Amino acid sequence: MAKISVNRKQYEVDADPGTLMLWVLRDEIGLTGTKFGCGIAQCGSCTIHVDGEAKRSCVTPLSSVLGKEITTIEGLSNDLTHPLQKAWIDGDVAQCGYCQSGQIMAAATLLKNNKKPTDADIDQAMAGIICRCGTYNRIKDAIKQAAINGGK
Amino acid sequence: MNRSSALKLIFIAAAFAGASLAFYSSRIGRLERVEASTINETTIAAGSDPAKSRAAFSESVKVFFSARCSNCHPGGDGPTQGDTMTPHSMEIKRGPDGRGIGEQKCTTCHQDINLDGDGLPPGAPNWHMPGEANKMAFQGISAGQLCRNLKDPLKNGGRKSAKDAVHHIATDPLVLWAWTPGNGRTTPPMSHADFIKKMNEWVDNGAACPE
Repeated sequence: MAKISVNRKQYEVDADPGTLMLWVLRDEIGLTGTKFGCGIAQCGSCTIHVDGEAKRSCVTPLSSVLGKEITTIEGLSNDLTHPLQKAWIDGDVAQCGYCQSGQIMAAATLLKNNKKPTDADIDQAMAGIICRCGTYNRIKDAIKQAAINGGK
Repeated sequence: MNRSSALKLIFIAAAFAGASLAFYSSRIGRLERVEASTINETTIAAGSDPAKSRAAFSESVKVFFSARCSNCHPGGDGPTQGDTMTPHSMEIKRGPDGRGIGEQKCTTCHQDINLDGDGLPPGAPNWHMPGEANKMAFQGISAGQLCRNLKDPLKNGGRKSAKDAVHHIATDPLVLWAWTPGNGRTTPPMSHADFIKKMNEWVDNGAACPE
């Protein structure tokens, strides 16, 4: 049994050390906000935080996160009050919504490191998170709005 | 000259000879120390052969210029990828410490092990590239320039000598990954053992550089 901490809660999971975190989160723990997109770290839908750093959970083995704090979209806030979540709702950003948890988790890392991102900063930071619906302009506006509202 | 005067003369002569010997020895010692600290690598090895050194470097430089090594040693701000050395997708930048920026860290995707499967990101311990201050570029320069850079701490990652640079090349797991990249990726055009043999030959013969 492997002990891991997800969203500040302790879990014991019965999985092979090589099991990818996407499946640990979704199948073992039941946190299904993190999505399977491409499975090869190319699209970003599965982005989570490990010790505050963005990680593509579809390529991150369970063995690499032991003793570290994992945060998923469910743990960003308990009540949808994170500035990014509020900006996302206010801006009606999502279309189909499938990639949006990855978008928000990536944006959260951006705002943690850069309180006032420029358009170029946002483009660069979000270049690896793909949205098939093409909601990029709304994503960018929401990130800027969250930055103004104290995103972190 | 009486016996007492003769003894005095012998004593004075012996003292002078001893002092001279001590002075001469200290000069030699000092010269040797100075020589050891300032000597150029092109003359350090007894029996060094600059032509042989240059030949060894010219043969091994193709490893540095191969995609597996050059992709993470670009001249610009972002890594390249694949055998064609195209700019890394996702607009990845090296960042100040060579570990990426913000959401786009190297280890956001690259693990410390290779993942087995088509299209999966390669991995090795401490996956990163040179930082902004000391880019250690292999791309876009000549063999001679690369050779001189390897000896320059300002351009070789702060390593004090060519020997230290070769030590990094011989032992760093991230460098060694290039010879076991997995998933059908091409390897450098020379075995790691042969490469290090040639690099040592380069150093042992004076670390001479082609033009």
